[in-house]
Amino acid sequence: MVLSDNDKTNVKATWSKVGDHASDYVAEALERMFFSFPTTKTYFPHFDLGHGSGQVKAHGKKVGEALTQAVGHLDDLPSALSALSDLHAHKLRVDPVNFKLLSHCLLVTLSSHQPTEFTPEVHASLDKFLSNVSTVLTSKYR
Amino acid sequence: MSLTKVERTIITSMWGKVSTQADSIGTEALERLFTSYPQTKTYFPHFDLHPGSAQLRAHGSKVVAAVGDAVKSIDNISGALSKLSELHAYILRVDPVNFKLLSHCLLVTLDTRFPADFTAEAHAAWDKFLSVVSSVLTEKYR
Repeated sequence: MVLSDNDKTNVKATWSKVGDHASDYVAEALERMFFSFPTTKTYFPHFDLGHGSGQVKAHGKKVGEALTQAVGHLDDLPSALSALSDLHAHKLRVDPVNFKLLSHCLLVTLSSHQPTEFTPEVHASLDKFLSNVSTVLTSKYR
Repeated sequence: MSLTKVERTIITSMWGKVSTQADSIGTEALERLFTSYPQTKTYFPHFDLHPGSAQLRAHGSKVVAAVGDAVKSIDNISGALSKLSELHAYILRVDPVNFKLLSHCLLVTLDTRFPADFTAEAHAAWDKFLSVVSSVLTEKYR
């Protein structure tokens, strides 16, 4: 699934509007995910998952930075995310199903903070983008 | 996700045997699909889906022939299935979930007919291969 020029424009525009809020938004998405999909908590037995947890905030920052990297390399996600892809394949081994859940929560979070910009077209572009990121992160599993 | 050399060898070497029963394998896989997952029948309102139906047999042949094309061009499945990819994207629009179901049924059918060949390794190779085929067939959806 290839991102069209329009898709890339939409993703970049959304992300530039997100700006410094990337960490906060991702932390919020994680919180939403743990709440709506409790099975995802099993990957974080070592975390305090309560509201406002410092660990979740820190994790939001990590994931947010990776997404910012990805947005900056839309034409070459596999190499930009290569190290993360290895990490997920050989260490984390997050079941691929969960990428859809986090992606969904990210989209919900973005739409709640950018309601006017989150048109159906932008929504589709972002969903495609997150789908591509997820595919790259699970591409070395086997 | 790409197929390793070993995986390609497993697939191409098994294909010799598989192709001698191609038509009936395709038909059986579809019968299994419609029996275990009745919701898949909704894509065939125009078919007689009773076991032994001529339409089922013709369609089974078609499907396995396409799988055969992918095997013969295993280094470039995307190119080999490009037309089918467009067909699925613009006309058929089969929900991606169903590719997993049909793949599962094809694996079961192969396993019952070639039990000695269908080792854990061969199983994984076929599953990956059908996974790649499914991705190619759904990659132009949006």
